[in-house]
Amino acid sequence: MIDLDQHECVGSALEAAMQRWPNEICLIEADRERENCRLTYRDFDARGRSLARALEAHGFGSGERAAIIMSNQSKWLLSAYALFLRGGVLVPLDFKLTGGEHVQLLEHSESRVLVTEYHFWRNITRAHGFARLQLDLVLVTEAPENADLMGARRWEEFYGAGDPAIEARQRRDMACIVYSSGTGGRPKGCVLTHDNYLEQCKALTRLYKFAPGFRYLSVLPTNHAIDFMVGFFGPFVCGATVVHLRTLRPEFVRDAFPRYKITYMALVPMVLKNLERGLRQRIAALPPARRWLVQRLIRLNRALVGNRPNVKLSRFLLRPIHRAFGGHLRMLFVGGAFTEPETLEFFFDLGIPVANGYGLTEAGTVITVNDMRPFRSDSVGKPLPGTDVRIVSPDSEGIGEVAARGRTIMSFYLDDPELTSATIVDGWLMTGDLGRLDRSGHLQLFGRKKNMIVTSGGKNIYPEDIENAFVGIPVKEYCIYAADFLWPERVPASEQLVMVLRLEPGQEFTDALRDELESHNRRLPDFKRIHGFTLWNEDFPRTASMKVKREQLAQEIRSNLQRQTALVEI
Amino acid sequence: MRTQEQTLGEILQLAAEHFKVPREKLTPEDDFFEKLGIDSLQALELLTRLENHFHVELPDYEMQGVSDFRTLAQRIQERL
Repeated sequence: MIDLDQHECVGSALEAAMQRWPNEICLIEADRERENCRLTYRDFDARGRSLARALEAHGFGSGERAAIIMSNQSKWLLSAYALFLRGGVLVPLDFKLTGGEHVQLLEHSESRVLVTEYHFWRNITRAHGFARLQLDLVLVTEAPENADLMGARRWEEFYGAGDPAIEARQRRDMACIVYSSGTGGRPKGCVLTHDNYLEQCKALTRLYKFAPGFRYLSVLPTNHAIDFMVGFFGPFVCGATVVHLRTLRPEFVRDAFPRYKITYMALVPMVLKNLERGLRQRIAALPPARRWLVQRLIRLNRALVGNRPNVKLSRFLLRPIHRAFGGHLRMLFVGGAFTEPETLEFFFDLGIPVANGYGLTEAGTVITVNDMRPFRSDSVGKPLPGTDVRIVSPDSEGIGEVAARGRTIMSFYLDDPELTSATIVDGWLMTGDLGRLDRSGHLQLFGRKKNMIVTSGGKNIYPEDIENAFVGIPVKEYCIYAADFLWPERVPASEQLVMVLRLEPGQEFTDALRDELESHNRRLPDFKRIHGFTLWNEDFPRTASMKVKREQLAQEIRSNLQRQTALVEI
Repeated sequence: MRTQEQTLGEILQLAAEHFKVPREKLTPEDDFFEKLGIDSLQALELLTRLENHFHVELPDYEMQGVSDFRTLAQRIQERL
């Protein structure tokens, strides 16, 4: 791999990879059974440079910010490479947000350039606040032939001749602004430096080998921290190949494994669970004799492998299963949210180890990962080399807040010194998650200290951000919490949002009110919906400026109401 | 060529069959995630079924943000 210690910035390390493996395939973009493009490192470099030259001619340069809003596809990586060559700061935004949320984050990040897909751009131009945006340049991909581009330019026609001027950056300089959430209220833009990425990449590639010929299947969007690292930067600086698949439909994901001889894939727990369900169904549908045989072989594999993966042995014993995965799969990566131990064990027994980890956007990609030495389904692994983890104020069982320190931790939240000083204390990132370190240094998680949830799709949701969606409901006051924050259960699964309602004096909870709550709830994306409500008979405690004292209210509710009886599902 | 209302009617019928709910319980404005209690991957299953029925391709990334039957019908109608 490229010696990252010799590089000061992401762009320079990527450039070195282009020169080192010009003839290796670096990127394949597939859509269902079609292949849209296949690029060598030389091809990729040429396209990236051409785009960088055009950006330069447009006046885009060092330290300026450019956002990318795209599903997972080749133009994401090409655009990012070009922006890094020009010394730009990348703002990778989640394409699943609404147009309004995109406007808010574009404004907050002060992005001057936007690279996006045509249909996302259409939504942005129709969103409230669009007129306020100060974008110098918008590049849209895949716009229909006669489409009104609304001031944007076609990405496919935006290129320049000749070599661009490369803008070198220092390790301490800002590389990316990554939003961890807070789109409805307070945007949390994590500022990550080139040093953060270079160090994270060095540590991860030490644990999980990438090399020319290795193929990573990318189904997560590259704005996702995991995909950025193991589906872009990591494989590129090792000469490996990234295969983008632009659909999550199980039949095409299944086909991609053998077609592209996939070595690694990263996914979120929801997709992993779906893969598990499909495999279980296929095993259950086998004729009885074959099913019996497969189950015996799975048991034999488990007995022989023990607690350290032996992929060669598993491939031999469970050949049909491994053949369905292309016969080259070494490991799956899962992260972004809690994964059930049973799912990890299911795949491990099949000889397909799943490396689960734990991370926050604030910490780059991951803080801890399972290195499989040995396999453990009850932990989120050990701290990444170079990262220190400690438990703050542990209770009698050793459970306390997880804090992390190291060179992968973000510098600060953009334009939010108050939040930064509450989150990074004496150099330690206070994660807000509750955990325990066992004797072997493995971290186990037990829920959250923070009022937030993480969905199985890996999205952070802050309840405060959801409250705006319920403005106008006919009650005296309301407040939204993560159910586990109100009533800690110490089980990091099935996270839910709950609304606390204070009715007007004499007001009854009626079917009409329930209908109204459901109606507001339906307008939210499915992962942001409240799960239920609870009625509270006292006025909410408020500050002098009339803000709800959330912590105090939560304590009062915790002491007076039981989750089982007070929470009414809607 | 189908009208948009016909397309909508067929979508509702197929969704009801696929997720085994009475057709009369579904209305055009329903949010299908909510009404059918499905997640995004199950919604993709429905899209595949609709693609096979209408002989159109509905890219996942262009369906982002579509959650009610009427908008879904519009997107399909544009491709017929």
